[in-house]
Amino acid sequence: MSGDVIVRATDVVKHFPVQSSSLRRGREVVHAVDTVSLEVRRGETVGLVGETGCGKSTLARCLARLLDLTSGRVEFDGHDITKLKPRDLGKVRREMQMIFQDPYGSLNPKRRVGSIIGDPFAVHNVASGQDRRRQVQELMELVGLNPEHYNRFPAEFSGGQRQRIGVARALALKPKVVICDEPVSALDVSIQAQVLNLLADLQQHLNLTYIFIAHDLSVVRHVSDRVMLMYLGKIVEGGPSEEVYQRARHPYSNALLSAIPLPDPRAAQERPRIVLVGDVPSPIDPPRACRFHPRCPKAQGRCVEEEPVLEPRLGDPTTHVAACHFPVAEGEDLTMARPTLSEEERIVEPTMVATPGESGEKELP
Amino acid sequence: MALLEVKDLHVSFNTDDGAVRAARGVSFSVDRGQTLGIVGESGSGKSVSTQSIVGLARGGSVTGEAIFDGRDLLTMHRDELQKVRGAQIAMIFQDPLSSLHPFYRVDWQICEMIRAHEPRTDAKAARARAIDLLKLVGIPQAERRVDDFPHQFSGGMRQRAMIAMAMALNPALLIADEPTTALDVTVQAQVLRVIERLQNEFGTAVILITHDLGVVAEIADDVVVMYAGAVVETADRDELFYRNHHPYTEGLLRSLPAYGGERARLIPITGQPPSLIKLPTGCKFHPRCPYAFDRCRAEEPPLALVYGSSSHRSSCWLPHTVEGRESTRAQLLGGRTVG
Repeated sequence: MSGDVIVRATDVVKHFPVQSSSLRRGREVVHAVDTVSLEVRRGETVGLVGETGCGKSTLARCLARLLDLTSGRVEFDGHDITKLKPRDLGKVRREMQMIFQDPYGSLNPKRRVGSIIGDPFAVHNVASGQDRRRQVQELMELVGLNPEHYNRFPAEFSGGQRQRIGVARALALKPKVVICDEPVSALDVSIQAQVLNLLADLQQHLNLTYIFIAHDLSVVRHVSDRVMLMYLGKIVEGGPSEEVYQRARHPYSNALLSAIPLPDPRAAQERPRIVLVGDVPSPIDPPRACRFHPRCPKAQGRCVEEEPVLEPRLGDPTTHVAACHFPVAEGEDLTMARPTLSEEERIVEPTMVATPGESGEKELP
Repeated sequence: MALLEVKDLHVSFNTDDGAVRAARGVSFSVDRGQTLGIVGESGSGKSVSTQSIVGLARGGSVTGEAIFDGRDLLTMHRDELQKVRGAQIAMIFQDPLSSLHPFYRVDWQICEMIRAHEPRTDAKAARARAIDLLKLVGIPQAERRVDDFPHQFSGGMRQRAMIAMAMALNPALLIADEPTTALDVTVQAQVLRVIERLQNEFGTAVILITHDLGVVAEIADDVVVMYAGAVVETADRDELFYRNHHPYTEGLLRSLPAYGGERARLIPITGQPPSLIKLPTGCKFHPRCPYAFDRCRAEEPPLALVYGSSSHRSSCWLPHTVEGRESTRAQLLGGRTVG
């Protein structure tokens, strides 16, 4: 199913400057994404998972060059796009599209659906007049909307239908890669399944590559061939979905997976629950070496000294990598683990976090 | 006797387009120390039902009964209800940031709550209680953090502060409306544990309103499923998950990505939830139901006992026995598959 590499990121770093206040002057930065490398193959779905502020959306926006990188390199379809100027980015924009979370905020309420979906044609000067209208109506049909609703406003559609409008718009220019940023998080469960099925069908028909961002781990497992788990700007574990979900090596992955609410009372009761202490530390001053060490139930001195590399652990296949010195073996009970770190090293005081949106940096057009 | 018993609750709102019938004959009850999960999608009436019983559904016309500890909340005088609310029935909402006042320190907000209901508590004692409460919900360094402003707390801490505030007067009932929806899963797990612990410690009854069947499976004792303003099924947790009767409940569970199962195609519920202004005839779920037959289109089924149980009710015309339901279902599908 998957072929050659279509998106390759090498040591991508993205820092956001923090707005200076009178008390904390200086050059503080939010380490949103820190030396992340990743490959996405043609036709596959790569899931980026992690909690709020882990850098998954920032990483995706770096891949699409919606943000400038602080350092590192992004290749798209064999070409280095890291340094492209906005006006040269047109081709990349055509071939890499995004679907956003909020089907209310991402559609202009004052414009008709036909013209919203037709926007990409106008922006990239592809089709016009009758031709555009015909293509838009084909798109509407493709995503399961009634083409006769061409002249309606977004408010006349339900949440699920609006998300379909977003999908149609993203597909207008026949992209190769679609970045889906929490595409079903705002939808009710019964509608969520409809949209997930639609995305799966479209992938098959159009041979699309998806980069799928979500915080719902069950959804990500369902759609992804491979998953990357992120924590505080780093990938902590990655590999084929089933591998990662069944044999998670990183203690954070284990904690995250054990926290998924299971719609199955017996299974929920039986599995071990790893409840993490404290909050995610500030990305302005992330913990040194392994960033998870202050909250990790297995942390030892080495975790504070030496940053673990992302590599196969405990005899895993080369595709399954984890960044942990003390990976979790199968059947190991993490609820019993006790770190050998002192109290001071462990509890990190959560501090205020500036989100990228507040830091003054705008996304490029 | 149940701590809260809601009977035949109707709530409607008048709009320019007509009356929105947000709740239609909703009945449920919750016992002391128990957790009742109310599940439903947007617009199913799950929030409005609970808000209206504590007098928070502004502009709606409310009829029915809500007997709390022997007294009807719906006929109670406003001042009296004000005393019950907060002291005996506490509420927490989805978004902790908008429920906390950004201008005041957390300390002030919790103390205000205590002193509003217990005016004789002096400032020092109230503050000490605020600190104890924050410790109780697991806020580190509570003595220091109590002087923070809400924006200095993380999302999970804010929600825990809200729970601390809600528990300040040791209420008999806690209504939690999507308390973990805005939180990450690991934080959600922390918050659910806090609610569970408080419940064990103080015997508080909890009504947990959520769209997440996973959360319900984790902590509810009994479950109410709502659709289009009415209760369509109610049962204890295991019964609801493993022996559900109503096709909507079945559809909801089936449309979730199976955890650990094959990456099979999902089976969504087709169509959209109906408009609450122009409800379908008969069973409100029939336009989306794979098993709908003539009677479903004509008559709305009552919420009746099924499977010979004394507590499992479903509002569906399918036969009320396990075998009868199975065979009728198979017959109605006639070889088709659901979805």
